[in-house]
Amino acid sequence: MLNIIIYVALAILVLAMLGMLYRVVKGPTTADRVIALDSIGIGLISVVSLLSILLDTTMFFEVILLLGILAFIGTVAFSKFLEKGEIIQHDRNNDL
Amino acid sequence: MNRKNDQVNDVILQTAAVIIFFIIIVFSINLFFAGHYSPGGGFIGGLMTAAALVLLLLAFDSKTLANVLPFDYRKMTALGLVIAMLTSLHSIFWDRPFLTHAYDKFDLPLLGEQTLHTAIAFDLGVYLVVIGVTMTIIQTIGESE
Repeated sequence: MLNIIIYVALAILVLAMLGMLYRVVKGPTTADRVIALDSIGIGLISVVSLLSILLDTTMFFEVILLLGILAFIGTVAFSKFLEKGEIIQHDRNNDL
Repeated sequence: MNRKNDQVNDVILQTAAVIIFFIIIVFSINLFFAGHYSPGGGFIGGLMTAAALVLLLLAFDSKTLANVLPFDYRKMTALGLVIAMLTSLHSIFWDRPFLTHAYDKFDLPLLGEQTLHTAIAFDLGVYLVVIGVTMTIIQTIGESE
């Protein structure tokens, strides 16, 4: 019974991630693409956690943490690029 | 973009980045020591540490990071290569093939009986090399000037 629910959830997640992928390719503005990429990261985390329930293993927990950290840092970098036009500043108080 | 003397409000990002930096560092140390029997190891631990340093670079700037953590990343790469080379070379003095690793059981305080491997020293070399190379690349091509 639980297996059927997990398979259905996986199928719905794949459909949702296809929708997000469409938004990444099509998205009118860059902000749409950034938010869609972040949501794809969250979808990947859910897929991995569902797979670790399905395969009955704890080996994928590091993958979940790693994906969360990388999605967060990527979103922060994109947001800083959108807001300030540069990602790594040399001296934030005296720059232009 | 010209934002000279503009008071940019980064308080939330900077406060969160300092806390998340330590969380990521602890996770990378966990990955580094988990590498023998489960997923992890020096490479991915080094990448996570570099990710934490990049988060500080994003929230502050490269001058602040150079003040807080005054590492020369090129020398760190060289040190890691020397550590990895010496650890892999030691086995040929005992008539074993190159890169053979040795281990034994020890009674450690607090941890009880554990096995200590020389592979952890090799992994430490890999860890230092990965941090050094990643941070050198990011600081070279990421900085705008």
